[in-house]
Amino acid sequence: MSRKFTPKVVTANDLLEGDVIYLAADDRWVRDMKQAEFIEDEAHAQIRLLHAEQQPDVVVGAYLADAALGDDGPEPTHFRETFRTRGPSNYAHGKQEKQAENV
Amino acid sequence: MYKYNDFDDAFLRERTAQFRAQVERRIDGSLTEDEFKPLRLMNGLYLQLHAYMLRVAIPYGTLNSRQMRQLAMIAERWDKGYGHFTTRQNVQYNWPKLRDVPDMLDALADVGMHAIQTSGNTVRNVTSDHFAGAAQDEIEDPRPIAELLRQWSTDHPEFQFLPRKFKIAITGSSNDRAVTKAHDIGLRMVEQDGQPGFEVIVGGGLGRTPMVGKVIRDFLPKADLLPYVEAILRVYNRLGRRDNKYKARIKITVHENGLETIRDLVEAEFEHTRADFMGFDMQALTQIEKHFQPPAFKQADTEGYEAARTANPAFRAWADTNLTPHKADGYAIVSISLKAHGATPGDATAHQMRVMADLAEWFGHDEIRISHEQNVILPHVHRSDLPELYAVLRDAGLATANIGLISDIIACPGMDYCALATARSIPIAQEIAERFDELKLEHDIGPLKIKISGCINACGHHHVGHIGILGLDRAGVENYQITLGGDGTETAAIGERAGPGFSAEDIVPAIERLVHAYLDLRTTRDETFLQTYRRLGAQPFKSALYPEAKANAA
Repeated sequence: MSRKFTPKVVTANDLLEGDVIYLAADDRWVRDMKQAEFIEDEAHAQIRLLHAEQQPDVVVGAYLADAALGDDGPEPTHFRETFRTRGPSNYAHGKQEKQAENV
Repeated sequence: MYKYNDFDDAFLRERTAQFRAQVERRIDGSLTEDEFKPLRLMNGLYLQLHAYMLRVAIPYGTLNSRQMRQLAMIAERWDKGYGHFTTRQNVQYNWPKLRDVPDMLDALADVGMHAIQTSGNTVRNVTSDHFAGAAQDEIEDPRPIAELLRQWSTDHPEFQFLPRKFKIAITGSSNDRAVTKAHDIGLRMVEQDGQPGFEVIVGGGLGRTPMVGKVIRDFLPKADLLPYVEAILRVYNRLGRRDNKYKARIKITVHENGLETIRDLVEAEFEHTRADFMGFDMQALTQIEKHFQPPAFKQADTEGYEAARTANPAFRAWADTNLTPHKADGYAIVSISLKAHGATPGDATAHQMRVMADLAEWFGHDEIRISHEQNVILPHVHRSDLPELYAVLRDAGLATANIGLISDIIACPGMDYCALATARSIPIAQEIAERFDELKLEHDIGPLKIKISGCINACGHHHVGHIGILGLDRAGVENYQITLGGDGTETAAIGERAGPGFSAEDIVPAIERLVHAYLDLRTTRDETFLQTYRRLGAQPFKSALYPEAKANAA
């Protein structure tokens, strides 16, 4: 028996920058997970992943990451995905750099 | 050190030009990622968790001040102002952009450096004793052989698609500072009838199946080295398992076929390779050796050094911990710690790189080494220059007196950077270093090697740490397993797993209990952690780690 489907987002790395990106419902690639499309249907998740994989000139290594719906949009459920939303813990580099600028 | 000739230079320029065109074709869509990935890996470019990462080779850990300054320039111009020195004596940039990488490689080529074969299933950067050419216990400087191996293995057509990556380490000393027994091939220089040759060790390795290497040849004359190594590679290339990535390293090949079978096959193959080489390799070695002549050591009065020791306790503490006796009179080997308490192990800012380059130029015969323990070595410094050198280091935040102590921790980048990691390593290293600095116990504890890996691949060498820490993902939470009694030297041993893992919050207190147990158990101040462990076994240390289990059993 297959495992029960859990909600997902489509994520990848940007080809040029290497930065973590997410697929939004309107087909844009966004840098903030909260703006990603929250996918609750397994068949739809596969379609969206295929859509991502058909853009090899934009993204690298697309996959489905587990997510939960928070107040402001999708949020990570695993610590690896949490780190991907902000950057390393030893320096304020990566996404947290920009997040700090926006505050 | 080795200086590129016209051939080397042209070869490197051609490679960077090729890679520039490959990057362009990837960006314009002519190459898919599947096509591009092996090409970028051949040139040291990974895609990690948050960004690309460029791994630059520092052949056998040797570089000069000009090269170090170029590493600083690259860090500032194309990265975030720092570099990370690794356990393979390489340097990694964590934030390059794909379009910039060809320019970075050109800048490296300007100073005779590259990122070739720092990844992929090829012969990787050959590592060596970081005290090579300076150590008192050395038979001969092993670096000419390391350079010969580098030239032989670079773009070697037969060995570009090995079953798996292949790591070679070489030392010229009886005290093994190059972890030769944990390499695919380890080469330890030994003498027979006054002639230097090598004890050849094969099939060592860490990772998910840690193994101490086995001696395949007690004594190999120097003249036979390259054909013999090629024979090993050929046998491995033929027998190594390509069906299972986890069984593809030569340690498994040796384990599954047995050392005797492998030895017979290698010796048979060696008959052919020895005939094929026809002495060209030894001619090349003779040329290479000219590049590795010892510097013109100076004579100077060391009274100033002795006076500074007496006058400045901080200088004395640093000198006692970070200096190693040199083979030349009046000289010392200086280890510069990249492990300031609370800092990221192995990281140096561009400013620090320039300071170290200056010091090498002013006081160190222009020689710099990177150690597999992620520190920087100035191998030839006269004692009379040490007080001034120390003052410059201190101003740059580089005078931490902790070489070989509990805060001199090896840590892989872990899940802060690495796409393969299962947990973070760096914050654990930072917390341990800060905690023991706070306790002011570090010098009392004495020699103790903690090594931390953020996954089973063991880049942080945790298996050979006196205390090893392995970060894992246990049901979606970071969990840290402790191993005890590992040793990466000539008395190599794989650490024994102590028991269940600890959470990120509990791991530092657990290490503290372990160290306090050692302090209680040692017979004298001179008995090291490892000696105490070997005398008593794991039990008293396990009791300290798991006091509840002890209480339950009582």
